[in-house]
Amino acid sequence: MGKQFQLNSKKNKLRFSVTVTLKKDVLDPQGKVVQNTLLNLGMSNLKNIRQGKFFEIEIDETDQIMAEKKVEEMCQKLLVNFIIEDYKINILK
Amino acid sequence: MKSSVIVFPGSNCDRDIAVALEKLQFKNKMVWHKETSLPKSDLIVIPGGFSYGDYLRSGAIAGKSLIIDEVIKAANSGCLVLGICNGFQILTETGLLKGTLLRNKNLRFINRDVNIKVINNQTKFSSKYKSNQILKINIAHNEGNYFTNSKHLDQLKKDNLIAFKYCDENGNINESSNPNGALENIAGIYNTKKNILGMMPHPERMVDDIISNTDGISLFSGLIN
Repeated sequence: MGKQFQLNSKKNKLRFSVTVTLKKDVLDPQGKVVQNTLLNLGMSNLKNIRQGKFFEIEIDETDQIMAEKKVEEMCQKLLVNFIIEDYKINILK
Repeated sequence: MKSSVIVFPGSNCDRDIAVALEKLQFKNKMVWHKETSLPKSDLIVIPGGFSYGDYLRSGAIAGKSLIIDEVIKAANSGCLVLGICNGFQILTETGLLKGTLLRNKNLRFINRDVNIKVINNQTKFSSKYKSNQILKINIAHNEGNYFTNSKHLDQLKKDNLIAFKYCDENGNINESSNPNGALENIAGIYNTKKNILGMMPHPERMVDDIISNTDGISLFSGLIN
């Protein structure tokens, strides 16, 4: 029974990644500090760094479109602050 | 006058605000975030602190808690709502106030007394202050850098929704009197109906000369009448 359940859940699972980044015109002081530190470490050709967030999401769903809609909803409701952040959803194989 | 203070895991100014409210004769109740109903309140306060350890974004998780639905309902029916520090961050995450609070420009946690200027003294929260009165109020935050889009900024100015601005002791509002990088030195704002006030400075810490000053008293005493 336990094994069967495990098999099913594996089959039903779709994996997504969500990358959340600050919008271009929003100051990113953390990214700036990371950038300055890397420049101090000698990474002289470094042009720009923006720091963001990364989420790995597993959805119990076989239909990719339905699952993507769920992830979209998660972004809308909680994961992203639309005033300052952009996001990108990718399906993970 | 009845007040409710919402308490989240990680709130740490909840007792300070309760002491301030009770000192000013409010009948106050503490309300845990898992409650699904609010006691009858004329004023709801969302206190400062680090709700949910600032996970995801400051105020993001608290902004989706069970009690928040009730706070939103009460706010929309005209109840007075005051969000201080993390409470301001939570109000922006609920959408009750527009804009957001970014990391301080200097990337440091700032804890010191700053001067703020009363920009609008025509609201229930500010009627006991004079226009342009300068107050000395403590700030203690890591994300107090107010930001909003230019359309909303225009509306804030046009509709007189800016409550307080950071200034120096002579009232000058400029970059050197801006502790955290906030847009146009904004320290606090109202919603369009002016029944909701969000502010980064802590008026509840300024209600007794023994420990600080009394510049915060008028904000609360103005609500009693």
